[in-house]
This record gives sequence, C-alpha cells and structure tokens, in this order.
Amino acid sequence: MEEQVDIQQIKPPTYAKGPVGWLRENLFSPWYNAILTCVALLFLYFVFKGLLTWAFTEAEWNVIPANLQLFAIGPYPRDQVYRIWICLYILSVLLGLSAGVWRGIVQRWTIVVGSILLVFLVIPFEIVQREDSHLVSIEFRFNLIWLIFESRRWLLGDVALLIGAFFLGQRITRLRPWILGGWVLSFPIIMFVLHGFGENAVQTSMWGGLLLTLILAVFGIVVSFPLGVFLALCRQSKLPAIKWVSTFYIETVRGVPLITILFMGSVLIPIFIPYFTIDQVLRMMVAITLFSAAYMAENVRGGLQAIPRGQHEAAQAVGLNYVQSMMFIVLPQALRSVIPAIVGQFIALFKDTSLVYIIGLIDLFGVAKSIITNPVWLGRHVEVYIFIALIYFSFCYAMSKASQEIEADLGVGKH
Amino acid sequence: MYHASNTMAQNSTNIPFWRDTRVLKVLFQILFLLGVFLLAGILYANMLKGLESRGLNLKLDFLRNEAGFDVSDSVVEYASSDTYLKSFYVGVLNTVRVSLVGILCATVLGLFFGIARLSTNWLVRNIAATYIEIFRNVPLLLQIVFWFTVFGSLPAANNSIELFNAVYINNRSIHFPSLQQTAGFSSWVGYLYAAAILAIISVFVLALIFYRKHAERMKEGDDNRYFMHISRAAKWSAVPVFLIVAIIGWFFAPESPFVLVRPEFQRFNVVGGIRFSASFISLLIGLSVYTSAFIAEVVRSGIQAVSKGQREAARAVGLSTGQTLRLIVLPQAVPIIIPPLTSQYLNLAKNSSLAAAAGYDDLFRIGKTIMTQAGKEIPVFAMIMVNYLTMSLTTSAAMNWYNSWVNRIKR
Repeated sequence: MEEQVDIQQIKPPTYAKGPVGWLRENLFSPWYNAILTCVALLFLYFVFKGLLTWAFTEAEWNVIPANLQLFAIGPYPRDQVYRIWICLYILSVLLGLSAGVWRGIVQRWTIVVGSILLVFLVIPFEIVQREDSHLVSIEFRFNLIWLIFESRRWLLGDVALLIGAFFLGQRITRLRPWILGGWVLSFPIIMFVLHGFGENAVQTSMWGGLLLTLILAVFGIVVSFPLGVFLALCRQSKLPAIKWVSTFYIETVRGVPLITILFMGSVLIPIFIPYFTIDQVLRMMVAITLFSAAYMAENVRGGLQAIPRGQHEAAQAVGLNYVQSMMFIVLPQALRSVIPAIVGQFIALFKDTSLVYIIGLIDLFGVAKSIITNPVWLGRHVEVYIFIALIYFSFCYAMSKASQEIEADLGVGKH
Repeated sequence: MYHASNTMAQNSTNIPFWRDTRVLKVLFQILFLLGVFLLAGILYANMLKGLESRGLNLKLDFLRNEAGFDVSDSVVEYASSDTYLKSFYVGVLNTVRVSLVGILCATVLGLFFGIARLSTNWLVRNIAATYIEIFRNVPLLLQIVFWFTVFGSLPAANNSIELFNAVYINNRSIHFPSLQQTAGFSSWVGYLYAAAILAIISVFVLALIFYRKHAERMKEGDDNRYFMHISRAAKWSAVPVFLIVAIIGWFFAPESPFVLVRPEFQRFNVVGGIRFSASFISLLIGLSVYTSAFIAEVVRSGIQAVSKGQREAARAVGLSTGQTLRLIVLPQAVPIIIPPLTSQYLNLAKNSSLAAAAGYDDLFRIGKTIMTQAGKEIPVFAMIMVNYLTMSLTTSAAMNWYNSWVNRIKR
C-alpha cells in the first residue's frame, strides 16, 4: 500500500505547452541544441541576407516574363500553339474524368493541378511587351472579366473542361476501362497532334522548352517501366541464354554514363543503321528509355527477390502458369514494395532529360542556354538558371510527394 | 495411384519432341541467341560498310599521331605535341581525380547532412531537409553550369579575393597553400620506417606478455579474447609509439621535412601554392553537392533502419549516447549503408562525364575532341565505354565481394 502512495506522490513528467514549450523542447532542450540553434540561425541569416539582397537589388527578373513562351515551348511555331492547347485539353479531360472516377490520390492531385490553373486564370496581372525595347512590364488589370474571356480564352476552356470532366466522372463511374484506354491512346494522339501532317507539319526539330522536356520524360517513364519489368524477369529467368543476355545488357548500360548512350544514339546509330534517317528526338527518346530501363530492371529485381518462394510455389500449386503467377501474385507485391525506388528512377529520368541539350536538342535547359547567349539578355545567367531550377524542382518534388502518398495509400510496410 | 504414375511415365516417353518442354526450352534459347547474334552481325556489317564508304577503318594506330590540342587541367606533363594516346590518358587521370576528390567531399557533406537530418533540433533538421530536397531535385547539369557561372562572376585575377592571407580566389582559379618537401624529407622517412618497426615490435611484445600471463585460459579455447587484447594492445601501444617516434623524427631531421608554400599575389596573377582551375572546382562542387544530397538520404535511412528497440535496449543497459551510436547503431547501420553508398559513388564517377559543361577536360570531353579531330568515332567511343565499364564493374565486383563477406559474418 505504501508503494502505491509513493507512486501517486511522484509528479507527472512536465510537458511544456504553448509556443515557449515547443521552442524549449525542439530548439533548446539539451544545452548543445541551444548552441546549434544559434549557429543555424546565424547561417540562415547570412544565406537569406545574401540571397534576398541579390534577388531584390542586383537581379533583373525581366528576362523571365519576357521569355515565358520560349521557356514553355521553345521554337514551336507561334501560329500553331493551338495544337498544344488541344493536347492540354485532351489531358485535362482525362485527368478530370480519372479524378471523378477514382477519387483518392488522383482527386487530390487533380485538385492541386486545378487550383494552380485557376490561380493563373484569375491572377489580375498581365505581361505586356513594351514597344520601345525588348523589356516587358507586368501590369495590373482591373477588368478581370475581359482578361479571362479575351486573352485567356484557351486557359479558361482548359479549366472548364477539367472541372466539367470531373463532375462527369463522378456521375458515370462505369467509364473506367474507357479512361484507361484513353490514357494509353493519349500519348500517340498527342504526338500526332503536335507533329501534324502536310504543309503545317511541325518538325520535331521545332519542339522545345518544357514541352520537349515533358515529352521526353513521359515517354521515357511510360515505356521504360514495362521494359524494366520485362528485363528484370528475364534476368531472373531459369533459361541461361536469356538470363545472361539480359544481365549483360543491364550491367553494361548501368556501367556507362547516360551521356555516352545519348551520344551513341546521336552519332553512332546513323553508322549502324544507315538505311534511313531516324528523327533525332525519337532517337533521344529511345536512348533515354533504354538507359532508364536497365536501372528500372534492377529496382524491380530488388522487389522480386524480396518475394518469398512460397508465393511462387503457392501460385503454381493453384494451377497458375508462369504469366498468370507473375501478373497476379508476384509482380503486384514486388512492385508495391519498390515504389520509392521506381519513383526515384522516374525523378532521375526527368532530371536526366536535360542532357539532351548536349546532343543539340532545345529542351528546357537548352532554351535557358539559348536565352543566355542572346546578347539582349547579357549577364542574366543566374536568374534564368534559378527559374528553370525552380521548374525542375517543382516537378521532381511533386513526384516524390506523390510517391509518398501512394505508398501511404497502399499501406506499404504495414502488412 | 499406381495407375496414374504409370500413365505419366508412358506419356513422358510418348511426347513428341516438339512438345517436350525440355527440348523446347533449349530450342527457344538457341533461336534467341541466333537472333541476338544475327542482329549484332547486321549492325557490324553496316558499320564496316559505312566505314569503308568513308575511307575509315577500326585500326588504333592513329593514337600515335600528334594530338595538337591543349588540355586545361592536367595532373601529368602534357603538351599539344604529345600523342592522342597521351591526351586520352590525361583525360582518364582527370576523370579519376575529380571522381576521387568528389567522392571524398560528397561523403563528408552527405554524412554531415544525413546526421543533421536526424537531429533533435528542429531548425537543424529542417535546414538539412531543405538542403537535401533542393539539391537532389535539380538536374546536375544545371547545377554544374550554375556553379561555373557563379565562379565566372568573381573578380578577375588582378583583383583576387584573399582569405586569411592564404587562399586566393578569382574568376579563373583558386589557390591554396601547399606543402613542399624539403631536403629533410628523406631522413624523416627513415624515422617513419623506424617508427613502424618499433610499433610492430611493441604489439608483438604486448601480445607475448599477455599470452604468457593467460596461457592456461588460452588452452580452453577462448580465442576471441586473445584477439581482442591484441587489437587493444595495437590501439594503445602501436599508435602512440608510431606517433611519438614520428614527431621526434620531425624535430631531429636536419630540416623540417615540409614547408608550407603560400600562394603570393604578384602584379597581375597569383603564383605558388596549389592551383585549381575554376572548371575543376565548379565541377567538383556540383558533383559533390548533388551526390551528397543522395548520400545524406542513404545515411539517414541506414541509421533509421536500425530498429528503435536496439537503441532503447542500449540505453537500458546503461550505455551513453556516444556508446550507443558507436557500439550498437553504427555496426548495424554500416552494412545497410555501404551498398547504396557505393552505387552513389559510382553515379558520381559516371556523372563526372558532364565535365564539358564546366569546360573541364575529362575522359569524355577529350574523347569527343579526339573523335572529331581524328574522325575515329567508333574506336574512340569503344575506348571511352571500356574505361567507364572497367571503373564500374571493378567497383561493383568489389562491392559484391564485400556484401557476401558482411553477410557471411552475419549468419
């Protein structure tokens, strides 16, 4: 009994509350953390002071709004821009429908995309090209209605389609297979729309900017994934010939830098395949995909190896053949466990597309380089680099966040 | 039962060979290999035809011709009158140099930010997280070009920035003080040999003394203890003995073995000390900062992979924070960290092929120059590939060996 009394007499541990308590717990709790905090604050002070002074006094940001279109689409003919809007419409409809049908993560991310578009739609400022110089000014517009319905018609249509498709998708859930089919078909359709045919055809050498970066990245991601899974399965195969050929391929590709593969695609392919000239952009797409597939294969192999033998044996025991057991039993588990690695590979691929600049394509990085070399924008290197770094960063960061959400949604590591 | 197995046996004898899976497997593989070889053969034939039509061949004798171009950073003596082979060799050395220094810097930075990422201090933790997120989500090419631009915006050589009267920085290079050997160096090396011998002797003596003292217990087969004591003796006697003799040697040598040579500012330029070009430094910063963000994540996940219970148990038996880290967490975290760490090192070495973006003459850039000058795309390209492959494959072979070694100990 005495002991019980003792326990009751012990005071509960004090949990500090409020902002002061939070500060004490997170910044000053053992003595050395207080020192660390001071050092960190000093560091932040100098970094921010330097950055902000530069950004507001020395930097001339005019180069960004003046070249916004160039960043977005590069040298794509200005009178053909409607085609890019058509592609965006296709994607918006598909995205809206998917968000309505599947809800969950897709819906959350569609809302993010939609809100960004909406902000661009209603922001009451407009970039105006000055008549006397290459400079632009950003002007405030009172007449928002005019702005939206006149100069932002295309964007308005896009947002409207996105929202409309979303509500349509919510009503009609049996659209699922059609939407999936739509996504699969969207890529060739978009390529066709962008390229066109006949007199107005836009050669791929005119594709550029973020548009080209996205095309290269999306193609690479979409094709390298199944290819990587296929290579991984080949490497795990019991047939020695197939196993060794795929191992040889994977290890060779992983052993050399991407730039050598791109270079091979650019310089050596015409020597090896002289029958016809293959489009430069297409060659780079294939090179990036083949490179990425080898890494993807290794990631997938990691997942395959983590699947216990019992799963294979159980699949065989219930009479599934090889394809069935892989499709329904092994791969779903293996891929789920390596989602972070796969998305990491996607992010790497997205960043790696900047290397096509070295081969001579005008992707986002290439556009930045060409703007810098323009004497009009002399000395505006750092501003341009920071701007495109922000673009790359937003895409990569969004991908890594999405991967974390998918992981949480699938409950990886919980089962 | 008997009946079933009997029919099966009969079936296996009656199956025609085109439906026998064993035969089919072999047949399929043969066809597959034939396809692969056929494809390779067609490509090879095309290449030969293409080369012939342009009057080229695959011979490597052009490597003995004069290169005729300069290389900006070279570790060894090199002039434009040297051969292509020599220039290629310079490129290989440059790649190795920037990779090794980059690996060192990236490891230090990565360890620092990886550990800072796990700090209990909210501010430190978030600064580290921001650093990691920024630098791993922006293309390396962009980062290298960015640092090169920043370097280029520094003052010119005649206005060099001076730090601590020892380091000079300008838009083309950075100068550090260097250590130069003097006449006293060789006699100091003699002292170093003596120090090493004395250190080894001291370990043997201590081991012998210990063996005498515990001879009985040794017979019971407690080998582990013996090795533990020897390693302790090495730590407490060999290292101090070596250091003491080396230091004594430093003072007894006729001259101080090294002198510190500071770079000096003369009229228009900085002379003396050790010079690194802006290209090298901006490539180095780009590579190591980019890779360090990945290494930080590797370190963080490695440390977090050691389950929390291990740490709590260590605390429960009374180990201090330092001891917990050194004796419990790190021995378990390091085997997890090493494989992804090596692949990051390999990535760094391969990414050094972006050197051209900073104007640094690495293997790939020099290779490209040779290609265009000599018009020998395929042989030079093959040489570049072989170099990178050797680098990667030897490292990953060493890695596999290390991995199996670690896992052998574990089980």
